[in-house]
Amino acid sequence: MSVAKPGRIAYINARVVDPASGFDGPGEVLTSGQEILDIGSKLFDGKVSADTQVVDCQGMCLAPGLVDMRVQLREPGEEHKESLKSAGEAAVAGGVTTMVCLPNTNPVVDDEPTLEFVARRARQLALTKVYCYGAVTKGLQGKELAEMGLLSKAGALAFTDATRAIADAQVMRRALQYAATFGLMIVQHPEEPTLAGGVMNAGEIATRMGLSGIPREAEIIMLERDIRLTAMTGGRYHAAHISTADSVEIIARAKKQGLNVTCDTAPFYFSLNELAVGDYKTFAKLSPPLRNEQDRQAIVAGLKSGVIDAIASDHAPHDQDSKRLPFPQAAFGGSGLETLLAVSLDLFHNGDMPLIEVIRRLTSGPAKLLGLEAGRLTRGQKADLVIFNPDESWKVIADAFKSKSKNSPFDGRPVQGRVLRTVIDGRAVYDVLGAAQAPARLTAAKA
Amino acid sequence: MLNPVFPHRHLLGIEGLSPAEINHLLDRSDYYVALNRAPEKMSDALRGRTIVNLFFENSTRTRTSFELAAKRLGANVINMQVESSSVAKGETLIDTAVTLNAMHPDVLVVRHPDSGAVKLLADKVNCGVVNGGDGSHEHPTQALLDALTIRRRKGKLNGLLVAICGDVLHSRVARSNFLLLLTMGARVRIIAPRTLIPSQVDRMGVEVFTDMTAGLKDVDIVMMLRVQNERMRGSFIPSVREYFHFFGLDRAKLAQAKPDALIMHPGPMNRGTEIDSDVADDFERSVIREQVELGVAVRMAVLEILALNNRDVQARKAAS
Repeated sequence: MSVAKPGRIAYINARVVDPASGFDGPGEVLTSGQEILDIGSKLFDGKVSADTQVVDCQGMCLAPGLVDMRVQLREPGEEHKESLKSAGEAAVAGGVTTMVCLPNTNPVVDDEPTLEFVARRARQLALTKVYCYGAVTKGLQGKELAEMGLLSKAGALAFTDATRAIADAQVMRRALQYAATFGLMIVQHPEEPTLAGGVMNAGEIATRMGLSGIPREAEIIMLERDIRLTAMTGGRYHAAHISTADSVEIIARAKKQGLNVTCDTAPFYFSLNELAVGDYKTFAKLSPPLRNEQDRQAIVAGLKSGVIDAIASDHAPHDQDSKRLPFPQAAFGGSGLETLLAVSLDLFHNGDMPLIEVIRRLTSGPAKLLGLEAGRLTRGQKADLVIFNPDESWKVIADAFKSKSKNSPFDGRPVQGRVLRTVIDGRAVYDVLGAAQAPARLTAAKA
Repeated sequence: MLNPVFPHRHLLGIEGLSPAEINHLLDRSDYYVALNRAPEKMSDALRGRTIVNLFFENSTRTRTSFELAAKRLGANVINMQVESSSVAKGETLIDTAVTLNAMHPDVLVVRHPDSGAVKLLADKVNCGVVNGGDGSHEHPTQALLDALTIRRRKGKLNGLLVAICGDVLHSRVARSNFLLLLTMGARVRIIAPRTLIPSQVDRMGVEVFTDMTAGLKDVDIVMMLRVQNERMRGSFIPSVREYFHFFGLDRAKLAQAKPDALIMHPGPMNRGTEIDSDVADDFERSVIREQVELGVAVRMAVLEILALNNRDVQARKAAS
C-alpha cells in the first residue's frame, strides 16, 4: 500500500490516551484518508475489513500528536542552524505533529509575505504542521506595533517578540489593547532586560564561577508588571517559559482574579537546575537561565496544579560556532524537539503527574490556548497521532538528532519514553514501530 | 611520573585544591625565593622546555612575572598577545589551541577576559595550562603569592583574620584569595559597598561587611583590591571621591586593624582611589613590593611542577 495516500488504517491493541476527552485505556482507532473515522475501546472485535490496514500497537500508548507552542525556526536566514526540513524531521522524531514557530527569523515574521513563505515551505515539506507567531513590534524592535490584524488574517496564531521581552510599558499596554481588538493573544518572554545582562542564574553558583548573574527578579518583575497591564487593558496575555517559583504564584493569582492569563514552561525548567551549568557547559546556557532547585520543584508543582497550562520544547537550535565559546560569549538556548516527550515523561515516572495529565500539557493544553483544532482524538478530526512506549529507556545522544543543531543540555541523559510512530493527516511520517519500511510487524487483515 | 603531592596537569584555580597541595606549592616557592635572592638566579630545571604566555587581555605585570619565572628556570618563552576585540574571538580561542598544539609547548599560561575560557582551552590542548586570570573567576598564582607573602611574614595562614576590600564582584583575585585562605583555615571578611558584593557570597564562607571601620577591626591582613575607573562613574559607585571617603584605606581606618597588620594590594594601585599613598608606602606594614617579588618565585614553582607533570604525559603520547 502506498504510504502517500493512506486508505483505512486500524490501530488496534493500543492504550489510547486522549486528555481532551479524559480517556486513558485500552482502545482502537480507525483512520480513513487524512481523518479519524472512529475511536473506541472495542471497535473491531477482530473483524477488520479486508481493505483496512491493521497496525498492531502492541499495547503501546496512542495519543494525539504533540502540539509544541514554542519552536525557533532558523529559516529563513540561518539555515545552517536549522531549516524547515531539519526542524520538521526533528519534530516528527519527537512525536510533534504541530509546531508554532517564533517570528525571530531573518527576515522577521512581521509581514504577510514572510509568514506566507514559511507556511508554503512547510506545506511542501509535508512534515510537522507549522504555524507561526507574528511579531508584536516591527522588526522585534519593541517600538512600533506590527500589522497584527493583517498577520492574523494571514494565519498568525498569536503574537510575540520571540526571545525579546516587550520591555517598554507603553508599547506593551498598546500591544495588549490592540491585540484585544481582534481577540489576539500576546506571548511575552517575561524578562526585564535591564536586569538581565548576565549569563546564568544569579546566586552562589554564578558567584563561584565568576559569571554575571540574571536575578530571578528579572522574570518576576516583568510578570507582575504585565499582569497589571493585562488587568488594565483587558488583554489576553501568555507568559512563555516561566522558570521561578514566584512566577507560578503570580500566574496563579492572576488566574484567580479572572484575568485572561496563561503560561507555559519548557522541560529544561522542570528537569534541570543551575547545577547543569557545571564546568561552564554552554549547552546549559538558556534563556531564561536554569534556576535553583526550589524553583525547579515549584515549576513541577505548577504543572501538577494546572497553573502552568502547557509544556513547550523551547527549541533553540545553535551551531557549534555559537556554542563552542567561552561561556559569556556563547548563545542562549537549547535544542528541545527530540527530547520533549521523553523528558516530560519524567513527570510521570517520578510520580508527579498521571500520564494523561503530562500528555494534556503537550497536546490539548497548548492547542486550546492557540485555538487549534489539534491535540485531541475526535471523529472527523485530522489523524495526527503519536504512538509511543512510555517505559522504553534510552540515552539522549545529541549527535544522533535529526535536527541540524546538537546543542542539547540533555545530551547523555538516560530518559524513559520513546516515540515509535508519528502520524500526520493519516500518514506515518516517522516510524520505528515498523510499518513504513519493514511491514513485518503489520498483521495483514484477514477477512 | 606525576608529582605525588601535586598530581595535576593544570592549575586552573584554587577551588578544589587541598591544604597539602597548597602547602606543597608554597614550600617549593620558598625554595625559589632563596634562589631569586642569590646573585646567580638561574636554574636548569626546565632547560629545553617551552613555555607560552598566551594573553587575551593586556597585562604587563603578570606576563612579565611569568616570563621572568620561565627564563630563570632555563625554559624558552614566547609571549603571544592576542587581540580579543574581534567578534570572532571565541573561534580564535579554539583555533589558537589547535595552532599551539602543533608547537609542542610544555606549559601554556593563559589570561582571558571571560570566566571559564581558560578551562575551555585546557580541554583542547595537549600541554599543561596555568590560569593567568580568567574573567571574574580565578587568578590562582596571585592567591598563591599573596599566601606566600603572608606565610613568610606571619609564619602561618591558619587562624589569621583577613579583610579583602573593594570590588569583590568583578575580582578574580578576591575569589582565588578567599578560596585559598578559607581552605588554609583563615577567617575572611569582605568589605565593599553592596553594589560590589557578589550574590550569596556569604554561602562560600566569608563574612560580609559594608562598614570598613567595623570590618577592619582586629584584622591581621588588609588586602585592597583595584577598582576599575569605569565602574566609578555612577554605575556601581557614584564617584571616586565618595568611594575613597567610605572605602579607601587611610590611616584612620587602618587604626582599627591590629597594630602589626600587613597591607597588601595586587597592583596596579590607584593611589587616592582605594588606597592612600601614605599607607601604601608605609615601610613597616605595606608588603606590596614583596608581593611582586614573591610572584616570580611562586610562578617558578608552578611552572616547574606542571612542566614536569606534563613531560610524561607528552612522552607517552609521542610514543603511541
